Amino acid sequence: MSEVKFDFFISGEKNKWEVIIGLEVHAQILSKSKLFSSSPTKFGAEPNTQVSLVDSAFPGMLPVINQFCIEQSVKTGLGLKAKINLNSVFDRKNYFYADLPQGYQISQYKNPIVGEGEVILDMPYGTKRVGIERLHLEQDAGKSIHDMDPENSFVDLNRSGVALMEIVSKPDLRSPEEVNSYIKKLRSIMRYLGTCDGNMQEGSLRADVNVSVRKVGDKKLGTRCEIKNVNSIKFMQMAIEYEAKRQVNLLESGKIIDQETRLFDTKKNSTRSMRSKEDAHDYRYFPDPDLLPLQLDKDLVEKIKKELPELPDQKKERFIKDHNLSSYEANILVSEKEISEYYEEVIKECDKKLATNWITVELFAVLNKKNLTILQSPISAKNLSSLIKMITSGKISGKIAKDVFEKMQLGDKDPKEIVEKEGLLQQSDPKELEKIILAVISKNQDKVEQYKSGKVKLFGYFVGEVMKVSKGKANPQLVNEILKKKLL
Amino acid sequence: MSNFSEFTLTKIVAGIKKKEFTSVEVTNSFIQKSKNSKKLNTYITECFEQAIKSAKNFDEKKDFNGLLSGVPLAVKDLFCTKNVKTTAGSKILHNFIPTYESTVTKNLWSQGAFLLGKLNCDEFAMGSSNETSFFGNVKNPYGEKLVPGGSSGGSASALAAGLTPATIGTDTGGSIRQPASFTGTVGLKPTYGRCSRWGIVAFASSLDQAGPMTNTVEDCALLLQAMSGYDSKDSTSIDKKVGNYSSDLTEKVKGLKIGIPKEYRVENMPKEIDDLWKKGINFLKDAGALVKDISLPHTTYALPAYYIVAPAEASSNLARYDGVKYGHRAKGKNLIEMYENTRSEGFGDEVKRRILIGTYVLSSGYYDAYYLKAQKVRQLIKSDFDKAFGNVDAILTPSTPSSAFKIGEKSDDPVSMYLNDIFTVPVNLSGLPAISVPTGYDKNNLPLGLQLIGKAFDEQTILNLSYAIQKRANFINNFKIWWN
Repeated sequence: MSEVKFDFFISGEKNKWEVIIGLEVHAQILSKSKLFSSSPTKFGAEPNTQVSLVDSAFPGMLPVINQFCIEQSVKTGLGLKAKINLNSVFDRKNYFYADLPQGYQISQYKNPIVGEGEVILDMPYGTKRVGIERLHLEQDAGKSIHDMDPENSFVDLNRSGVALMEIVSKPDLRSPEEVNSYIKKLRSIMRYLGTCDGNMQEGSLRADVNVSVRKVGDKKLGTRCEIKNVNSIKFMQMAIEYEAKRQVNLLESGKIIDQETRLFDTKKNSTRSMRSKEDAHDYRYFPDPDLLPLQLDKDLVEKIKKELPELPDQKKERFIKDHNLSSYEANILVSEKEISEYYEEVIKECDKKLATNWITVELFAVLNKKNLTILQSPISAKNLSSLIKMITSGKISGKIAKDVFEKMQLGDKDPKEIVEKEGLLQQSDPKELEKIILAVISKNQDKVEQYKSGKVKLFGYFVGEVMKVSKGKANPQLVNEILKKKLL
Repeated sequence: MSNFSEFTLTKIVAGIKKKEFTSVEVTNSFIQKSKNSKKLNTYITECFEQAIKSAKNFDEKKDFNGLLSGVPLAVKDLFCTKNVKTTAGSKILHNFIPTYESTVTKNLWSQGAFLLGKLNCDEFAMGSSNETSFFGNVKNPYGEKLVPGGSSGGSASALAAGLTPATIGTDTGGSIRQPASFTGTVGLKPTYGRCSRWGIVAFASSLDQAGPMTNTVEDCALLLQAMSGYDSKDSTSIDKKVGNYSSDLTEKVKGLKIGIPKEYRVENMPKEIDDLWKKGINFLKDAGALVKDISLPHTTYALPAYYIVAPAEASSNLARYDGVKYGHRAKGKNLIEMYENTRSEGFGDEVKRRILIGTYVLSSGYYDAYYLKAQKVRQLIKSDFDKAFGNVDAILTPSTPSSAFKIGEKSDDPVSMYLNDIFTVPVNLSGLPAISVPTGYDKNNLPLGLQLIGKAFDEQTILNLSYAIQKRANFINNFKIWWN
C-alpha cells in the first residue's frame, strides 16, 4: 500500500530543494450577524445595505462582541484539536484605507482565542500531521470598487465587520498537493461543524500562502515570501510552484530572498512584489479599549465540546472499524459532510459494503458526468437503499440492478416500481428454473455429451443459455445448483 | 419674570412640578440669558426654537414622571444629538449631523429634560483651557481674559453664567473637574462604566467618562442619577444598580475616614491652594469625619503615563476622521493625498500633537518602552488607590494646582498646560469617581475647588462629603457680569 513515496522537490541545476509552505486561512464565520454589530451578513446584497453605524465607524459608536461568533470559533478550535484560551484579547490593527472605516481592524494579536492544534491529512504516502499555530478572530474590511467609474472609486461596506477566523498553520506543508489536501480537510472540518460554509467563490474562505525553500537535508528554514489572497486552490498551487522555482533560481544564482509580500497574477501565472519588509505597515497593535478582555467560561467550552458533531477523522475510524470499509473507501465517504450523511442514510436498511460500492462507483460516476453535488443527486438515499436491498434479498440480480439504476437516475424512481412494472423480478422458483434448464439441456444434447466427457468449461455456456431464456432474471445461484445436478 | 439663572436645578424641577412656573417661562429665561451672553462664546449650536417647542409641549402634557421634567439643558458638544449638529469642537466635524442620540443624553430626555444647545469645548476634548476649539476659545465669567478651563469649558462657563440650569461634560483627565474648579461650580466624574460612552465622540476610550456639572451638590446628585445606568451597547459599561443619589444625600459624614495624600503636596504649589486644602480638612473634621495622612507613592508618574495612554488611544480613535464617510473632506489627487489634506485642514494643532505622540508611542520598537510601561504604571497607580481605600472612605485633594489662568498664558507651552491636570489624571487612570466642589477663592478672588475621590461606584460618599463642605464653605459665585 505505502509504496508511493513523497516526491515533491524542485530540482535546480545544482541542488534538490524542498518547499516549505505555511497557510493563513481566513474563514468567514457562519453567523447571521457581524462580529461587533447586529448587521446581517448575507452574501450578494446590494452595496451598502448591510451596514450599521458601528460598521461604518460613526462617531461614538462602540463594538459589542457577538457571542455566537465566539462560540463558533471555540467550536472550530475544538474541531482542530486545539487549545482553547479562556483569556484572549481584542487588539486594534491600525492602518488607513478607504474600505476600513474605523481606520483600524479589530483583531487578536498577542492573545488569540485558540492556540495550537492539528489537522490530519491522508496522503498517498501515508498520514501527514499539519500543526495549527493559532486561530484568532477578526473583523473583515469593506470592499473598494475601482472599475465602476473613471474618476472615482466606490466603497461597499457590506462586508465591513463580518466575522473572520484566521487559522494559521505551522510551516508543515511540503507540496501543492498537501496544500490542496489541507485546505479541503480544513474546509470539511468547518462544514461538519457548521462554522464556515467554505465557499471560496464567495470569499468565505481565502488564504495567504507563505513559501520558502531549503536544500534537501537542511534543517534551517529559508527566508519566506507571503503571497496574498489567492482565492482558489488551483491558483494557490500554481502560485506555490512558480514562487518555489523563482526562489530556487535566485538562490542557485547566488542571490538572496527578500522577505516580502507578493501578489499572484493569475493571467501571467507568476508572482510579483507588492511590498518589501521595509515598506511593511507598522500596524501599531494595542488592546482595543472599547472591549474588555474576552473571558470564556470553562463550562461553556465543555458544553460545546460535548455537543460537537462527529468529525471526519472519527467518522472514518468508525467506518473502518464498524463497517469493515477500507481506509480508501472511508476517506471518500467522509470527505464531505453531505456524502457521509448520504451514506449513513443509505445504510440504515442495507448492506454497508454494497452501499459503499454503489455510492463510490455507480453514483459518483453519474454525479461526475452530470456535474452534480451529492445534494443534487438524482437518486435519493432511500431509493438507492431499496435497490440494494432487492439485490441482497435475491429479488434482482446485480446485473438487473444496474439496468434499474440506469432508469432510476432519469428521475429518482422507486426501484421497486421499475422492477415490478418491467417484470424484472428474479426467477427463484426452483420448479420454474428446472423447466428452463431441462429445455436448454434437451436442446443442446451434443454439448451435454462434450461436457460429460470432460469439457467442463461448457458449464458457463449452459448458464448463459438459461439466463438468455429467462431474460436475465434467473437467480444465478439456483441456476448453478440445479444445472450441476442435471448435468451429472 | 423670575431670574431663573439664580435658581438651582433642584429648585427649578420642584417649581415646575409645583406649577409655580412653567417650562416655557424657565426656557425663555435661559434662552434670553444665553442670547445676551454671546461674548462668552459658550454655544456652538443653539437649539432655542426647538427648546421652546419642547417646553410648550411639556406644559401642555405636564408629565411629571421624570427627575428633570420640563428642564432645558445645554450639553457639551461631544455628545451626539439626533438631528442636531455635533462637532466635538473640531473643523473635521463642523458639518456632522448624527442620526442618533447618545445614551447619556437620551437618559436625560427620558427623565423629561430637553436640549437647549450644544456647548463649546476643546477640540475632541483635548485641552485644559478651551483654547483648542475650532469655534474659538470660551471665556470665563470671572474675567474676559481668563480661560474657563477645559475641555468642558463651554459647559462650565455657561453653567456659571446661568445660561443653563445644569449641564453635562466629559472627563478624560480632568475635563469636568478642572473647569468646575475654575468657574466655581460642582463637577463630578463618575466611576468608569457608570455612564454609557455610546454616542459620545471618543477621545481616549479607557479614560472617557461623562458626568454632571451643576451649581450645587444637590443638583449634582440629581443629574448624576438621571444620566447614569448600564448600557448593553457599551461593553465597558457596568451593570450595577444606580443609587438614589438625591434622596440619599446627607451631610452626616461623622466617622468617615478621609485620606490626605502627601504626594499631592507638589512643589511650587501656591500657598492659597494649600490653605484651601487645610480649610477643606477642617470642614470635614468639623462634620465629624476622621482625617488621616496616606500615601499614593506612584502619583508623580500619573501625568506622564496619562500623556502616553490617552494620546495612544486618541491616535487610533481619531483615525476614522478621514474624509471618506462624513465630516470635512478636502480635495486630493488620490486617496492618500485626500487623507493628508483632510486631516491637515480638519484637525487643530493640539489634536495633531496628540495624534503624533500616540502614533509614536504605539510604533514598533517604542511600544514596550512607552505604551506598555505606561500601562504598568497605570496598574501601580490603581493599586496605590486600592491600598489606600483599605483604610479610608474617600480622599481629599485640591482639584487644580492653580486658579483660572489667562488666555494664551500656557497655549505655547504644552507641558505647563498638561501640568494643570496633575491632580485629576490619577483618578481617570484608576477609573474611580471624583468630584470637584467649590470651596474658596484665591487672592484675586478667583474660585478654587477641592477634589474628593471615592471608591469605585461609591459616588454617594463623595457627594455626601462635598455636601458637608458646601454647607460650611458657603461658596457663592461673585463675579461681576462684564459680557452683556
